[in-house]
Amino acid sequence: MNKTDKKFRLYVHIPFCIKKCAYCDFLSWPDSQKNQELYAQALCREIGAYRGKFPMEASSLFLGGGTPSILEPKLLENIMDSLYGAFSFSENPEMSIEANPGTVTQEKLRAYRGMGLNRISFGLQSTDNRELKELGRIHTYEEFLESYVWARQAGFANINVDLMSGIPGQTVKSWRRNLSRTLALEPEHISAYSLIVEEGTPFARRELNLPGEEEEREMYESTAEILGQKGYVQYEISNYARPGWACAHNLGYWARDDYLGLGLGAASLVNNQRWNNTDSMEEYRAGAQEPERIRVGKEELSVREQMEETMILGLRRMEGVWRRDFRETFGAELEEIYGEAIRRLVKLGLLKDDGQRIFLTRRGISLSNQAFVEFMLG
Amino acid sequence: MDQSKIRNFCIIAHIDHGKSTLADRIIEMTGLLTDREMQSQVLDNMDLERERGITIKAQAVRTVYKAKNGEEYIFNLIDTPGHVDFNYEVSRSLAACDGAILVVDAAQGIEAQTLANVYLALDHDLDVLPVINKIDLASADPERVINEIEDVIGIEAQDAPRISAKTGDYVDQVLEQIVEKIPAPTGDPGAPLKALIFDSVYDSYKGVIVFCRIKEGSVEKGTPIRMMATGATAEVVEVGYFGAGQFIPCEKLQAGMVGYITASIKTVSDTRVGDTITNAQRPCAEALPGYKKVNSMVYCGLYPADGAKYQDLREALEKLQLNDAALQYEPETSAALGFGFRCGFLGLLHLEIIQERLEREYNLDLVTTAPGVIYKVHKTSGEVIELTNPSNLPDPSEINYMEEPIVAAEIMVTTEFIGPIMELCQERRGQYQGMEYMEETRALLRYHLPLNEIIYDFFDALKSRSRGYASLDYELYGYETSKLVKLDILVNKEEVDALSFIVHADTAYERGRKMCGKLKEEIPRQLFEIPIQAAIGSKIIARETVKALRKDVLAKCYGGDITRKKKLLEKQKEGKKRMRQVGNVEIPQKAFMSVLKLDDQ
Repeated sequence: MNKTDKKFRLYVHIPFCIKKCAYCDFLSWPDSQKNQELYAQALCREIGAYRGKFPMEASSLFLGGGTPSILEPKLLENIMDSLYGAFSFSENPEMSIEANPGTVTQEKLRAYRGMGLNRISFGLQSTDNRELKELGRIHTYEEFLESYVWARQAGFANINVDLMSGIPGQTVKSWRRNLSRTLALEPEHISAYSLIVEEGTPFARRELNLPGEEEEREMYESTAEILGQKGYVQYEISNYARPGWACAHNLGYWARDDYLGLGLGAASLVNNQRWNNTDSMEEYRAGAQEPERIRVGKEELSVREQMEETMILGLRRMEGVWRRDFRETFGAELEEIYGEAIRRLVKLGLLKDDGQRIFLTRRGISLSNQAFVEFMLG
Repeated sequence: MDQSKIRNFCIIAHIDHGKSTLADRIIEMTGLLTDREMQSQVLDNMDLERERGITIKAQAVRTVYKAKNGEEYIFNLIDTPGHVDFNYEVSRSLAACDGAILVVDAAQGIEAQTLANVYLALDHDLDVLPVINKIDLASADPERVINEIEDVIGIEAQDAPRISAKTGDYVDQVLEQIVEKIPAPTGDPGAPLKALIFDSVYDSYKGVIVFCRIKEGSVEKGTPIRMMATGATAEVVEVGYFGAGQFIPCEKLQAGMVGYITASIKTVSDTRVGDTITNAQRPCAEALPGYKKVNSMVYCGLYPADGAKYQDLREALEKLQLNDAALQYEPETSAALGFGFRCGFLGLLHLEIIQERLEREYNLDLVTTAPGVIYKVHKTSGEVIELTNPSNLPDPSEINYMEEPIVAAEIMVTTEFIGPIMELCQERRGQYQGMEYMEETRALLRYHLPLNEIIYDFFDALKSRSRGYASLDYELYGYETSKLVKLDILVNKEEVDALSFIVHADTAYERGRKMCGKLKEEIPRQLFEIPIQAAIGSKIIARETVKALRKDVLAKCYGGDITRKKKLLEKQKEGKKRMRQVGNVEIPQKAFMSVLKLDDQ
């Protein structure tokens, strides 16, 4: 294959954590040092298999999990070396790592910087130790503060903090305190998610004292206002950043850029093909050196599906979907495909249409699933 | 064939007492079938019947039994349906027999339906041969059940075979007793043809296949026949008898025999169960007694979930009707549900069976409206309307009075539950007619009940209030004047025609309230508040509100793995497609059927 100037994004999955949180349904579990090593080796084999075979430049990297920061720095270094050896990167790519407070040390953080990682995302979730305990988190607010300061000291100029609303026992007041305490640290980026009780998690089997519907809505809707006052711009349903600090990697997902997922269970979208890596560790370790062998659920997206995805992902961004972009991608007018749905949603006050682009209104953000469903063509 | 070597009989039993299993054993032990042919329940050849464990269409089978006296006997076993909806079919099947085997569960004893069927058999002068089944059960108490049969029914039962049809134990005694105790048929083979139709099925090659018992005379290929009630005439193409699961042609059927006739008849409505077949050129003097045209008792609207499937539904109903003369339908239109059919059924079970067959055999998704009965509306003009669709109720100012159908019900119940069951009957506007103790622990309650009070969920309520011990049998008693009103449902201030129903004025408030509550559960929250109201005329009698949906957002980090999110939206979209738009409101199809389950709160 020839080199092209097309860019893509790289995701690497680290499926380990210290302890599984009570709400978590991601592919992650605590495991032995030995198994972590074996996994890192397999991951390096998978990465190595792409050497010279992937013609695009990586414009961002995201190490996600799980908790990538629990890996020994040496293992992470091997992984990063493999990545540098196998792929070419564009200039100044955004390189993120997810970390949990309590799993990083000053040495680790300095090592990350040395490996070229330039953005760190802390899974804080709450500044209230009672709420943290409720979620089954391993850390306290104080430990987070320490990790955060260390990260700054190590030279991370781009820090994200994850917060979660709708935690059992949470009130609007405590949520606001979580926001203001976080704001006091002036991170570049804040992700504010809602707790979603997923099937199969301990939360789903437990009686939970969840905030009432109205309260939860108030938490969600006050977030944009409070963060906005401090100069954070909501650029996606759950993501806020100071101007210029939006997460390039995630924006890539919503713009349907190509991305290659490496590691157990990782999802990829390349040339309108979607697949996942197997989520069986056994299969993964056995086949990692031949990436084709470990792919499951491979599907070629039809034009219809590409359009649906363009809308339901694109509209997650406050910017919305540009008519021009749609036309350039599909050679068809947005109007022809979705004219009726757009008019209906505008009339319902969920969508705004300024002629150039369409985007969710405030009400539309809170009811986004109701809007998205109108863009499903099936 | 020598008449003295023929035994025509049926098996009567309460549901689950083991009728089909005994039939299987008899067929097996008379050796007509090879093992390979032997399906688990040979008589029930519709899938649906097998799953429900009940027999819907009467069928028959002829087997050959070599008795201990060395003689060969022809057994014609005529199967009968076991549900109150099909009482008339049962009575015609009995009329084709000379004797009946009464199967009673050795643990459960006599049930209301057992009694009803036994009385029906005795009415037809059949000799009843009791058999105690399921002696292999730990809770079996054959002696108690035998005494019960003698005390309650008044037939001799001391030497009743005690068997297990399941294991086959002692079934040979049943075979011997059939020979000994069930009388051979009589009837003059030389007399004019007189044959009773006890069933008919439609076959796409042969046309209608008529199942009949020859009472007098004979019939063979070429005989010109006439159905005495419907007047239909035809020339016989083939006669024969019933193998297990197949038709075996023969030369001639004559007095005493049971068999089938084909004559290029196009529809089963020409060959009504209970009608008499005679020779068109040499007719008998009078028809066999007891024929009546069965009428639908329960009506409901059937609509295709997908409006485009209307033609498919019509064709499916046409095909089902070929085989089921009791099924009636005519097109109707609903503002909420579009084009569909108002269908008439013998009862709720019949309705459910048809509904399931349409869904299963014809792959149709259906929306069913609340079943109702036929009301007689006496208008001030003197005109009387038979109302099957609540939407067609004339303006109250034009109505003089209304009548509703009443059934005479017999409920058998263990004494400890008499109280709760009487309470239930009172709640359902029942008029107490009397009670008899069958034995110390059991009683038979007799009530007159409005049919519209029992078609919804009476049977379920009966079972739950008696922990499953009560059993029910009923028949139409007549019509009575009643204070009835039409209850309308308004969703977001718009009347939804498909949700209207007729109800007694005294229970209207209660039903309206429950209905609104149920709909509140069924209608998903939408972007605006939706009032749900129940109204009689312009008077609102109940109200609930579906609150507006204000938050529906997936604010979660799921990175590049969007397949689950997409599936969720696809499912949501599918759900939307299965909604009916009424004004601005989307109503899920199952909400239209929720009226059926008003009493399980």
